[in-house]
Amino acid sequence: MNSRHSVLDRVRRALADVPAQETPEDVVVGRDYLRSHAGADIVTQFAERVADYQARVVRVTADGAPGAIAALLGERGVRELVVPVGFPGELLPPGPWKSLVDEPPLGLAAVEAADAVITTAALGIAVTGTLVLDAGPGQGRRMLSLLPDYHLCVVRQEQIVGDVPGALALLDPARPLTFVSGPSATSDIELDRVEGVHGPRTLHVLIIATAPAPEQP
Amino acid sequence: MRIALFITCFNDTLYPSTGRAVVRLLERLGHTVEFPVGQTCCGQMHFNTGYRPEALPLVRRFAEVFAGYDAVVSPSASCVGMVRDSHRVVAGQYGDPGLCAAVDAVAPRVYELSEFLVDVLGVSDVGAFYPHKVAYHPTCHSLRMLRVGDKPLRLLRAVRGIELVELAQADSCCGFGGTFALKNAGTSVAMLEDKMRCVGESGAQVLSAADNSCLMHIGGGLHRLRSGVRVVHLAEILAATGEGPA
Amino acid sequence: MTTTPNGLVWLDTPAFPRAARAALADTALRANLKHATGTIRDKRLAVTGELTDWEQLRDAGAALKRRTLRHLDRYLVELEASVTRAGGTVHWAGDAAEANRIVAGLVEATGECEVVKVKSMATQEIGLNEALAEAGITAYETDLAELIVQLGRDRPSHILVPAIHRNRGEIREIFRREMGRWGRPAPDDLTDDPRALAEAARLHLREKFLRAKVAVSGANFAIAATGTVGVVESEGNGRMCLTLPRTLITVMGIEKVLPLWSDLEVFLQLLPRSSTGERMNPYTSTWTGITPGDGPRDFHLVLLDNGRTATLADTVGRQALACIRCSACLNVCPVYERTGGHAYGSVYPGPIGAVLTPQLVGVEHAASLPFASTLCGACYDACPVKINIPEVLAHLRAEVVEHKRRTHTLPSAEALVMKAAAGVLATPRRLAAAQKAAALAGRLVARDGGIGRLPGPLHGWTDTRDTPQPPAETFRGWWHKNREQS
Repeated sequence: MNSRHSVLDRVRRALADVPAQETPEDVVVGRDYLRSHAGADIVTQFAERVADYQARVVRVTADGAPGAIAALLGERGVRELVVPVGFPGELLPPGPWKSLVDEPPLGLAAVEAADAVITTAALGIAVTGTLVLDAGPGQGRRMLSLLPDYHLCVVRQEQIVGDVPGALALLDPARPLTFVSGPSATSDIELDRVEGVHGPRTLHVLIIATAPAPEQP
Repeated sequence: MRIALFITCFNDTLYPSTGRAVVRLLERLGHTVEFPVGQTCCGQMHFNTGYRPEALPLVRRFAEVFAGYDAVVSPSASCVGMVRDSHRVVAGQYGDPGLCAAVDAVAPRVYELSEFLVDVLGVSDVGAFYPHKVAYHPTCHSLRMLRVGDKPLRLLRAVRGIELVELAQADSCCGFGGTFALKNAGTSVAMLEDKMRCVGESGAQVLSAADNSCLMHIGGGLHRLRSGVRVVHLAEILAATGEGPA
Repeated sequence: MTTTPNGLVWLDTPAFPRAARAALADTALRANLKHATGTIRDKRLAVTGELTDWEQLRDAGAALKRRTLRHLDRYLVELEASVTRAGGTVHWAGDAAEANRIVAGLVEATGECEVVKVKSMATQEIGLNEALAEAGITAYETDLAELIVQLGRDRPSHILVPAIHRNRGEIREIFRREMGRWGRPAPDDLTDDPRALAEAARLHLREKFLRAKVAVSGANFAIAATGTVGVVESEGNGRMCLTLPRTLITVMGIEKVLPLWSDLEVFLQLLPRSSTGERMNPYTSTWTGITPGDGPRDFHLVLLDNGRTATLADTVGRQALACIRCSACLNVCPVYERTGGHAYGSVYPGPIGAVLTPQLVGVEHAASLPFASTLCGACYDACPVKINIPEVLAHLRAEVVEHKRRTHTLPSAEALVMKAAAGVLATPRRLAAAQKAAALAGRLVARDGGIGRLPGPLHGWTDTRDTPQPPAETFRGWWHKNREQS
């Protein structure tokens, strides 16, 4: 009798008190919790909540995005910027940094040596100030947004949802997902929250406003 | 309404004044109180120390003695909690269907004093007079098991002459915990220390609560330290009118 | 269960009352704990207070756990199929020894002799590091607190912040003394500023992350329907361990499975707010099997029983398996606040430890834990999945007594007192007789209406508390005289 068999056997015997005809759905789960705790202006709420985690937030229009990105990278003094495959070229202006596109895939040493990474996101969650990366185009392999010390994440306004339930419904669990809520931190030393252990110690978020609908003639 | 008093073995023996206060209070409010003399104990000590079979006869006696009353009132939140939460468990585990039914009939009618006054009698001003500075300690059983909420405080606020003072960290357990006070005496005392410090900081002359067990523990410490603070059960404050013992 | 896995229960810790005494006298520990637990308590109250539907979320969390546990076999089988379909391999471990053998075997198969570890109380429970060491494999803890515990040759004392018993000065000392033995040494001028300590840990561990070929992790949850596994963390070491190495081995207790991806909407709200008192923790990583080109090429999920099925079999006690390891109960427990985790002698301390440990190892191996509580109920109020810890504590106390009865090991003094009390309380007449005796005894030892210090078995009480003298007239005596109808 192998362990799979014996463990499952023990589980079933432990549950001998559960009626054979009971289905999981027979165990009622109340769903009267809120789908969202978000306020009316979820973009502003998102920006505020992200900023609460000591991450810098910049809001721009689509036209202003490349300039804002250039300014942030310039201010940071970025020398080598990791760029995931599929990152929108029109958003990335030329600059004094060297762009390391992940095609062909960058080696570990190269990513470790780079001092910054720029990505898009799958979505943002307003109530919790969370960005979610799903390793898709513009976001890249998970390692790319992990090793460099500076992560600039570009999210479009329409990608922001109110709260966690809505976000999970939009995400594909088959993809590797990384939920990012601020830079890395620890409270292990006397419960003093200290930013930055592993993972990017500086996180900047750029929110690109949705272009207003064109006026009807 | 037929009202029975469940005095509890603890109060019967050590704090009869609390029982007298409940009787006087309810009579003052126009009710007749009966005291079924067959009562002994709710079985809490045995149950909480893990001796459940020994609690069975006590559960049975309780269900028999208090059968037929509209309400059973007790000045002990922990004993009421034992009856309402655990008598059915003991009956189910060690008793028989007849006992289970008897417990189901009686247990829902057992009330802690402040619950009874506010919820059943619908009063919060019981006409009391108690001109002292009082802090109130919400005992864990009344707070979290019975969820009496602010009923005791509403009753106390209506007492004429009283000065209610805030007790810091009021929700923190005093450290009694029944046999815990003996089995884990060190931790019990550490918790008592913090509770006494908060009592001292409150400036109260009197500490009140819905359970004499906690009051005996806290009061015992306060008395040992000659702190000058007395402990008085909620019932005795509510029964006080300026005539007769407070 | 033939032997006590001494990863879970530390056999050299005395029973709780004695272990607690030592802890109570440690003023530095007391101060650390008071500050720490008070801080997290306040944060938790603030962020949970923000959600007007917090109680509904708790109800849903409790119900989902109940649904899962009542149909655990079905969900485990489903999980296995989902993980396998996604390119992972599932292993089943009946107990700690088997789990250790599986993990060691998987590591050996890679040819590596080093692993990095993240976020796994389950591996602490089974004593994995020691077992790997015996197989010539070095395991490097990468959670800052676990690193502190490992370097300090110590034991964890809290579920969420395992090094809470260490203050910054002690951590600095540990880093300075030990880091060089395990890898990159701490800088000579290392201060005790938390920022400096975190930086030292960052550099020390960085090279390990970059070099690691094998990682061992725990899991906060695994979704049966999709095979998705998740780790909830703060520092980023999880992300490092889950994405850089070629081989990932995840050890997970069987109770951590959840039915659907959407069920996470409840737990991702309950967990961060209950544990660190944040709206969301810095990093949560989820993965399903293997993603070619991104992360590990081999993923192994080791499903661990190790007493969980025994716990599941107890219809009252099984609710302890709903635990999501948030540690909210520890932070509100007045006993834990004063004694710390080591006094519990288990990887799982505090209120949840007091109900989980005895069930995992058998009550006879953790008999003092269910009594390490006043049953105040603060833990139940704080638990995001509504585990009725006081109910389980009372239940386990009865189990301890029944076990002792069966094995004739009841403490005779206690059993005698309980028996005598039962006899006295059996009828009103006997009670009245005992009350008379108590009043008489009281008169003998009392002075000025009170009883002071007494020698003998009651000294635990009378050492610090005065007791009122039992009044001459009991209540029933008064009633008989003043109210009884004749």
